[in-house]
Amino acid sequence: MIRLAVISGKGGTGKTMITAALAHLFQGSLVLADCDVDAANLELILSPTLIRTEPFMGMKTAVIDPALCVRCGECGEHCRFNAIEYLADTCRVKPLRCEGCAVCTYVCPASAVTMQPRQTGEIRYSETSRGHLVHAQLVPGAGNSGLLVHAVKKTAMERDGTCDRFIIDGPPGTGCPLISTISGVDAVLVVTEPSVSGLHDLRRVVAVCRQFRPRIFVAINRFDLDAFQAEEIEAWCRGENIPLIGKVPFDPAVIRSVREGIPVTQAGASPAAQAIQRLAAILEQELNRVGNQR
Amino acid sequence: MKLAVASGKGGTGKSMVAANLAYTLSRTEPISLVDCDVEEPDLHLFFPAPVTKRNVTVPVPVIDESVCDRCGKCGEFCRYGAITVLPNRVLFFAELCHSCGGCMLVCPKKAIHEEQKQIGTVSFSLPFPDLSLFTGTLDTGSPHAVPVIREAKKQAAAAGDPVMIIDTAPGTSCPVVEALEGCDACILVTESTPFGLHDLQLAADVAARLGIPAGIVINRSDGNDEETLRFCTDHDLDVMMTIPFSREIAAIQSRGDLLSRARPEWQKDFMALFLKCRALAGVD
Repeated sequence: MIRLAVISGKGGTGKTMITAALAHLFQGSLVLADCDVDAANLELILSPTLIRTEPFMGMKTAVIDPALCVRCGECGEHCRFNAIEYLADTCRVKPLRCEGCAVCTYVCPASAVTMQPRQTGEIRYSETSRGHLVHAQLVPGAGNSGLLVHAVKKTAMERDGTCDRFIIDGPPGTGCPLISTISGVDAVLVVTEPSVSGLHDLRRVVAVCRQFRPRIFVAINRFDLDAFQAEEIEAWCRGENIPLIGKVPFDPAVIRSVREGIPVTQAGASPAAQAIQRLAAILEQELNRVGNQR
Repeated sequence: MKLAVASGKGGTGKSMVAANLAYTLSRTEPISLVDCDVEEPDLHLFFPAPVTKRNVTVPVPVIDESVCDRCGKCGEFCRYGAITVLPNRVLFFAELCHSCGGCMLVCPKKAIHEEQKQIGTVSFSLPFPDLSLFTGTLDTGSPHAVPVIREAKKQAAAAGDPVMIIDTAPGTSCPVVEALEGCDACILVTESTPFGLHDLQLAADVAARLGIPAGIVINRSDGNDEETLRFCTDHDLDVMMTIPFSREIAAIQSRGDLLSRARPEWQKDFMALFLKCRALAGVD
């Protein structure tokens, strides 16, 4: 199995749209995962049929028993996450702030604090026309998105580890969900856009990727919105020896297909669809090469 | 007043709205602009100026192997798997550590002390006389964004400007919560696509859970905003501004310029947006 993550650094560059089109175009058996667990959108294009759901239990978090609390303040004194709130006659743990370290349970002289499991999300396992999709929903505002990403990938590997390809729609950014997404993948496709922000964010996310040693490929979406910035990105990729394998033009057909809820490559001929077909063909060849080198 | 700009979906134009609001307002009053999208901070690209940088550090444990008797209590206590105690030595994985200090508390031999480890920086610059920019930047490869966000907000608060504008990360998880906490109002920037609407619902949910009043900006509108408008009406969210899609606006943005500087007629629109935000926050 070859594992590919589609990522971007900067949000909104077109990761999900391109992931869905790759899923439509790639040959062989596929398993798909949406690791942008804060704001998962792949399901809006792939029309999945839900097979089953599992609760996701994040870290256990602290709960103070008001009947036992003596309001001495030891917990608040030692909490590094400002998670303790002082009420009139007791203390309370703010669930969104608690990182589950359990220091408060250790320092409480009244044994009033216990660690309790808390559901912070849901993992969904679905059927699509191109293979199984593992997706998730984090409870809005909850932490542990890196752990949930890990659980999503693990579910896909365990249930569908014999597929030819594992394609992951990644999160934006460079922090824990992104690191959790790219750890163990064979290749990443970084989708960027022609702007100073696009290039800045591309450079940062590539710096993170290089710590994990996958093959790195770049595609520029909406490249014709700023030819000068697109050229800057091309020049940077050349200098860094990173293959630029696709340039997708701005095309209203993309928004139309997203509104219809289908991959743009399935919505008839359009300039964007043609560019993504070329991109997918090159990427397949490169991924096959990665497979042969194993 | 602390005003946050958030979105759920990435790339909807948060930084664009935050930068233009700050630029417009700074022409009449002192503004602190805080980039809390520390994984990919971009606001500084719109405001080139010399910066002073301060390191953001977190405490991490250091184990004195000459005192440690490998009892294993620290490894048992650590909920993050950051410490593994072997028969002859102790392994510490800094990237898993949340700096809770628990290992140090439980060590019966007092063999653990803490040292500061750098995870990012906060840069300060003054691109205009009344515009202070604070940029939180997470070091690449460092997973924990939250302490950098907290420090950027803290430094901005110390500047004491009457208005603070906070640009957040996309998404709905802990970095967004950290950036939103303590804000008086929040702008949610969206685009009228199924992705934009789906993620707007999540972002509105987070703002509501935190008790922060929110209003909407629709960006890159192509006129097909009915579903977004219906959602806003149903959830009592005011659409405070609609910015049309145009190649010209896209080009101004992509080269790192500001709409309200390149096209000063937009300043009255951003000023009107700010007045609506003040009303939202209940500030006269």
